Amino acid sequence: MEAALIAQHVTKRYTNHVALDQVSLTIPQQTIFGLLGPNGAGKTTLIRIINQIINADSGEISIFGEPLQPKHIGTIGYLPEERGLYKKLKVGEQLIYLAQLKGLSRKDASEKSKAWMRKFEITDWWNKKVEDLSKGMAQKVQFISTVMHEPRLIILDEPFSGFDPVNAQLITQEILELKAKGCTVIFSTHRMETVEDLCDHIALINKSKKILEGSKKQVKDTYRTNTFVVEHKGTFTLASDGYELVEQKSIEDSFFRSIVRSQHITSPNQLIRDLTNVTEVHSFIEKIPTMSEIFITLVKGGSDE
Amino acid sequence: MNKIFLIIQREFLNRVQKKSFLIATIVLPLIFPAIMAVLVYFSIQQKKNATRQTIQYVDESGFFVPDTSKFVFKKLVTDVKSAKEAFQTSDDYGLLYIPHFDLSHPNGVTLYTKVNPSPNDIGNLEGMLENQIRELKMRKFNVDQKVLDSLKTDVPIENLNVADAGQEKKSNSNILLGVGIACGILMYMFIFIYGAQIMQGIIEEKTSKVVEVIVSSVRPFQLMMGKIIGLASVGLLQFLIWIVLITTLSSVVLAYFGVQMPQQQMMQEMAQNNPNVQAPPIAVLEMMSQIPFGYVIFNFLFYFLGGYLLYGALFAAVGSAVDSPAEAQQFMFPITIPLLISYFGLFTFIMNDPHSTVSVCLSIIPFTSPIAMMGRIAFGVPGWQLALSMVSLILGFMLTTWVAGRIYRVGILMHGTKINYKVMAKWFMMKG
Repeated sequence: MEAALIAQHVTKRYTNHVALDQVSLTIPQQTIFGLLGPNGAGKTTLIRIINQIINADSGEISIFGEPLQPKHIGTIGYLPEERGLYKKLKVGEQLIYLAQLKGLSRKDASEKSKAWMRKFEITDWWNKKVEDLSKGMAQKVQFISTVMHEPRLIILDEPFSGFDPVNAQLITQEILELKAKGCTVIFSTHRMETVEDLCDHIALINKSKKILEGSKKQVKDTYRTNTFVVEHKGTFTLASDGYELVEQKSIEDSFFRSIVRSQHITSPNQLIRDLTNVTEVHSFIEKIPTMSEIFITLVKGGSDE
Repeated sequence: MNKIFLIIQREFLNRVQKKSFLIATIVLPLIFPAIMAVLVYFSIQQKKNATRQTIQYVDESGFFVPDTSKFVFKKLVTDVKSAKEAFQTSDDYGLLYIPHFDLSHPNGVTLYTKVNPSPNDIGNLEGMLENQIRELKMRKFNVDQKVLDSLKTDVPIENLNVADAGQEKKSNSNILLGVGIACGILMYMFIFIYGAQIMQGIIEEKTSKVVEVIVSSVRPFQLMMGKIIGLASVGLLQFLIWIVLITTLSSVVLAYFGVQMPQQQMMQEMAQNNPNVQAPPIAVLEMMSQIPFGYVIFNFLFYFLGGYLLYGALFAAVGSAVDSPAEAQQFMFPITIPLLISYFGLFTFIMNDPHSTVSVCLSIIPFTSPIAMMGRIAFGVPGWQLALSMVSLILGFMLTTWVAGRIYRVGILMHGTKINYKVMAKWFMMKG
């Protein structure tokens, strides 16, 4: 299956700084793609380029196998970080207008917005002005406006900021449903728990450069440190020089929790065997780095250069 | 193109459906005829009162011949003192006392009134006395009565305008001036009101942060132009409704009071006796009909659109750069200056001489031409000047739209940046 989006050597320069430096990405279809990076890394610039709000200085972008063109506006649904609605406009008119701008006919736009409002059980808001809605209500309307023209690629920039947990859950549900229907979702965020829960693929951008890309599993495998957490009875020291005892802490009575790092790539079984020789093992688990840890390691490492 | 139309439509509906639009569009044209009606009503009342006013007079000199066209004169054959006492209790307007006087130094004529008389009334009486004293003097120099009569001449100056085709048109510079100034002021108001609305709309889009959602569907330039054109169509609609309402209502008001105007009939009779002297109200109507209203309205629409597009783009640029109307104030200054210059130019240079060099320059420079040309248009503007002015206005708004578009596309996506002209210049230079 061809990729939903391929960016090749995308570069954008502003007068005083480079916003994107030779960024290349491949976003597979029907995945939730986490675009990560600290503030000011260039995520929003890349997203704006994909949305054709601004143009790249150089580099190419193709979407579903075609070079990105104005006709693809309707293919993309974009929820910007800086988002809002016309305050004085009624919810129904607003949804119709926004969908028409995406290329839907007035009739289609009207039908689709009604269907979505039924789905979210907010049909009685149709004639309400947006300024009379609560923030959470407005967020729902905003989400509908992003997806109602049935885009194949949905770009969500910090989608959960401003959502209460109930609505965040609802939106998460919708996102998974859209993915199941075949949509590709780009998530731009620095909330690592979201990434951990939802994303299949990630790319990390720091200081205008892409520093990491791959499926979540690949990335985690890459950043495995062969570190294991062991709970055991009685202290121990490791005789074998292939291991390093990073930490040993008392939990309660004679129980301890130790962190052991293996210097060479050993199978966990070998470590367990070696451990049972020196202590009574109660639990054993590989310490897999969280996305947050990887993020921090890479970003901090990058800043040391 | 389809999307620009959607934006125009949206902007148009947003404004037209507002109550404030309805009120401004319906009430304002009612105010003009209402003011006219009040003025006409009072002037009629005054005329009626004026005919009733009676002036008693005591003439000790013995030469005063009352001319009764303005006042009713009542001759008293008493001394001043008792006349004054009697006047206190009477309903009459005034008591005129003419003592014995030396013809070369006619002093001591006094008008006693209970209220302060208008300068008009005093002037009337003075003129009356001066004429009579002049005749008296002439007679003293043995000038024959026939000669005296033949000295009386009435010279009505008729202003003829030599038009291109060699036809002579009657013109009245006061009416033309009035039309010019009214058009100029209207233009100034329209540009300011609608320009400010463009700016306000853009600031609203920016602060409500809907703008990034929109520009992911349309090009920023389309959004800006859609807004500007949408508001222009609101302005045109409002203007057309005003024209229709004002002309209908005004003619209704004029027609209603017209039949009751007593002096009009009087003037008509006068006019029949002397065809050279036309009654002012009829003359006014005739002059009004001489003004090529179609031509004036066409030009008004052209300069309204041109001026509005030119300034609208600048207002849009300012709106896109700032985060709040308060912040916009500092950038309004350079936009306001040329508007104010043309506004004052209208009242100084163009009012004095619509064909002077300064007037011509003001009406050709695109930043001042919309207002200045409207001030001149009714006087007749040479074709080459009109063409030059129109072309430079079109070039002018193309330039400002281009400049504004470049600032706008960057500005609308910027939040919380400190803005000055240097930053705006940087945005302008920025690549797409």
